[in-house]
Amino acid sequence: MQVNENFEPVIVAFCCNWCSYAGADLSGTNRLNYPTNVKIIRVPCSCRVNPMFILRAFQKGADGVIICGCHPGDCHYTSGNYFTRRRITLLYSMLDFLGIERNRTRLEWVSAAEGAKFAATMQQFTEDVKALGPNRRLEDLRCRKQ
Amino acid sequence: MQEAMIKRAKELLADGSVDRVIGWKRGEFAYDITPAVFTTAEELDRDFVCDDFTAANVSKYLVKETQKEGKILAFLKPCDTYSFNQLVKEHRIDREKVYVIGIEGGPKLDIEKIKAKGITGILSVKNEDYTLKIETIYGTQTMPFYEAILGKCASCKSKKHVVFDELIGEDGDVLDSNRFEMVEKLENMTAQERFDFWRDQLSKCIRCNACRNVCPACTCENCVFDNPKSGIDNKAPADSFEENMFHIIRAFHVAGRCTDCGECSRVCPQHIPLHLLNRKFIKDINELYGEYQAGADTTSRAPLNTYDKNDCEPSVVHERGVE
Repeated sequence: MQVNENFEPVIVAFCCNWCSYAGADLSGTNRLNYPTNVKIIRVPCSCRVNPMFILRAFQKGADGVIICGCHPGDCHYTSGNYFTRRRITLLYSMLDFLGIERNRTRLEWVSAAEGAKFAATMQQFTEDVKALGPNRRLEDLRCRKQ
Repeated sequence: MQEAMIKRAKELLADGSVDRVIGWKRGEFAYDITPAVFTTAEELDRDFVCDDFTAANVSKYLVKETQKEGKILAFLKPCDTYSFNQLVKEHRIDREKVYVIGIEGGPKLDIEKIKAKGITGILSVKNEDYTLKIETIYGTQTMPFYEAILGKCASCKSKKHVVFDELIGEDGDVLDSNRFEMVEKLENMTAQERFDFWRDQLSKCIRCNACRNVCPACTCENCVFDNPKSGIDNKAPADSFEENMFHIIRAFHVAGRCTDCGECSRVCPQHIPLHLLNRKFIKDINELYGEYQAGADTTSRAPLNTYDKNDCEPSVVHERGVE
């Protein structure tokens, strides 16, 4: 596949209010850079992320979706992220089974104190998605921007 | 077996222990069998049928039936008992209102496979010693029984009734089935090949919603796909994305609850192998979170309803198989 050097992916990041969103905040206050491709959506808990949200993001033109939550054991609601882990593992496995590129989806645990990790994760994920090129296997043509 | 079933149903109706009977009746053609509710002995004599084509799983009908007054008698095949048990577990069926008679299971026949042999004008199909004698308007034709069985019966997982009040015929065992063969074959393809396979299959979808309507695990009063705001509501797909979305989400919503009864693929008018999506989830759950058979009992917690602190990370998906 031809790699378009100018391709700028759209990354949707679902961040949990208590850890990852605060982590993103910290990386900002620490003046750490992360790519502007990342669009953050704040959710009360990573467990709030319905599989439909992920597919909807792809439908509306996202090239990659990343979910960030508290580290296992640190969930603000005690056990939310454990459920996320099972659910998202199965969903990603299913997307893989349907032939959707694996590197378009990711789950990372980022705590409120890990501003640097947040920036590094986003940097890395954006590069991975950039290498894959635009999302063509799970897009809605009607939503494609001209 | 049909006579024994009718006899027992009449007895139970006569002594008042049940008010209705759910079974099957014949449609326009001999092979055209549909689930039906009977209330009198005359109806049973006239319409009740149980033969090689009674593949339909009647458990889902019991959700609505048990909301009515009175008790109902249900004839369940081994695979149907799993769906029944799962619905009891989810409090969708009132167990007290159902009298379950377990009947011997398949294999049941797939009329499409007979028609695929070029046999048309079918009047009746008889199984004589595992050779099918097919009476047609053009004369009699034969074909081997096992070439015409349903896909779901070819990979039967169990002949054991997990729940029953009484049995007609014999109870079997859980079988060592080869049901994950095709899933494994797909897993060993490359991502591009898998994508091409599924695009090929799912693009046939006409969104008739038959898979959803027949699925014993799909019993929501308000389905997410009926919501016009869902973006993929009840209509013919306008974009390939909608087919993907519908089938991924539907499979996900029944993940951990699907008993692998295979009804989705049986009813699909476009012959999409939908059961493969469900089997993929079952296989993943078995591999990652321990063996689990939905509907095998009414007490255990569903795998997506529970967790373990030492569960694997989603990165396992990236580590295995071919990209």
